[in-house]
Amino acid sequence: MHWNKTRECIDREQLRSYQLTKLKETIDRVYHNVESYRQKMQEIGVIPEDIKTLEDIRLLPFTTKQDLRDNYPYGMFAVPIEEIIRIHASSGTTGKPTVVGYTRRDISNWAELIARSLVMGGGKRDSVVQVSYGYGLFTGGLGFHYGAEKLGAVVLPTSGGNTRRQVMLMKDLGTEILACTPSYALCIAETLEEMGIKQEELKLKTGIFGAEPWSDNMRKDLESKLGIKALDIYGLSEVIGPGVAAECMEQNGLHIAEDFFIPEIIDPVTEEPLPEGERGELVITTIDKEGLPVIRYRTRDITSISYKPCACGRTHARIEKILGRTDDMLIIRGVNVFPSQIESALMAAGDAEPHYLIIVDRKDNLDSIEVWVEVSEQLFADEVRKLEEVRKKITSSIYTTLGINVNVKLVEPHTIERTEGKSKRVIDKRKL
Amino acid sequence: MFVKQISVFLENKPGKLSQVTDILEKNNIDIKAISIADTTEFGILRMIVDKPKEAVEAIKAEKFPVSTTDVLAVEVTDKPGGLNRALQILNDAGVSVEYLYSFIKRNGERALILFRVEEPERAVEVLQSAGIKLYSTEEINSL
Repeated sequence: MHWNKTRECIDREQLRSYQLTKLKETIDRVYHNVESYRQKMQEIGVIPEDIKTLEDIRLLPFTTKQDLRDNYPYGMFAVPIEEIIRIHASSGTTGKPTVVGYTRRDISNWAELIARSLVMGGGKRDSVVQVSYGYGLFTGGLGFHYGAEKLGAVVLPTSGGNTRRQVMLMKDLGTEILACTPSYALCIAETLEEMGIKQEELKLKTGIFGAEPWSDNMRKDLESKLGIKALDIYGLSEVIGPGVAAECMEQNGLHIAEDFFIPEIIDPVTEEPLPEGERGELVITTIDKEGLPVIRYRTRDITSISYKPCACGRTHARIEKILGRTDDMLIIRGVNVFPSQIESALMAAGDAEPHYLIIVDRKDNLDSIEVWVEVSEQLFADEVRKLEEVRKKITSSIYTTLGINVNVKLVEPHTIERTEGKSKRVIDKRKL
Repeated sequence: MFVKQISVFLENKPGKLSQVTDILEKNNIDIKAISIADTTEFGILRMIVDKPKEAVEAIKAEKFPVSTTDVLAVEVTDKPGGLNRALQILNDAGVSVEYLYSFIKRNGERALILFRVEEPERAVEVLQSAGIKLYSTEEINSL
């Protein structure tokens, strides 16, 4: 089932030809309407006419989050403000947030992307779609809302929080598709258990989870706890929001909407393009965005790309599940560590409930990691020896995956903060 | 021939233990035997109580990880060598003892020790064949 078969299953030659047309249009438009892009291009002596093939995209300068910050708030918009009908802002960790703007057509296109993802997850006009992503300045809630409405599904705009009530509605209203962060899905699963609600009492079929990295092991856990197919969705507000790429039922990579975006994978250090299959930083160029087009935007997300045909019939390229970001990567004693790898290792050790916290510190010039793991009912054993074995199993699993020794501390349930949005998995106490 | 023991996981933080005893008091639950196994990071609190089901529910409700285990309530003479005899019997039969601790109440001149063993069925067999008395839950509750 495809939402837009013509576009999603388009012949690749036709796609590339379409991409080139749209790319040229975009470059021409930003060159003339956005000072920041014009300046950058002039600095390196590139004009829109230089873009003759898709490969010429490499002639263009990169765009970073800093560029958006430097042009706060509207400096990089390519249309007059009266054409903007929506603003979203991403959480700024320091100082000002990143502001993004949408025209009516942008909102419609964004909804199209989400509709595609919902149909990938089996969504139909009679599907009850529970949107438990946060509503507000965050792109998750409203993104899914408009997409589900476009599909014509039954939208349940619960946003995050009030979990017991959400669960009651999920059961009573027969939610089929759950859209939220994977950590919130885990909260929901816990609440279902606390309330004694069995899977048979629910109509849940699919979960569309994103906004934070989550491992395949976490996927298996959510699928078994909720009785669903758990699909990944990817996006970032600077590009448009969720829906930039979405997983189909093959669960083997996320289809990036190539009729709206041109993806590249580059080496984050040398900035050179990397070949198909190799992992590097994802760079995205929007080719059909009016309000805030972005050219070669550095996402800081690490992934690889595949152009191989997918069994679902969609011809758009697939990106690998995002492993982590270049900036949430930790370097511990010289080893690159992504929090999601620790999560994988925890789940591979069996029994571990994925509520964990990584605390990184430096003592006597040596990096140390402590991983706090919550002791759940299933994890708890009456003998010290058995609990010690669990600890050893986790330590050994992490060592096998990452080659570093960590100290595992067993803590009581609910010691680690639960969040409805992206969960904070790492506390880095080092002053680097 | 087994007695239900409740185990609770406690982080090594001040006040944890009293949180549990507080729960028991509020639920009118009486402790018959108690012990703690501690490591630097955490402790396992083990107890025999008069109302194990209620205790488990009440403690679980406060989000502590709880489990129940079957242990043996073994009667030994309250004289030097009392415990030794029981241990020797288990040793000779090759039954391994995980841990043990004593009951609060006594039965006249006899002491009551709680054993957690690796092979409970076998332990029951060898102890009873050697004429050692094992207490049932009803007998414990009537002390």
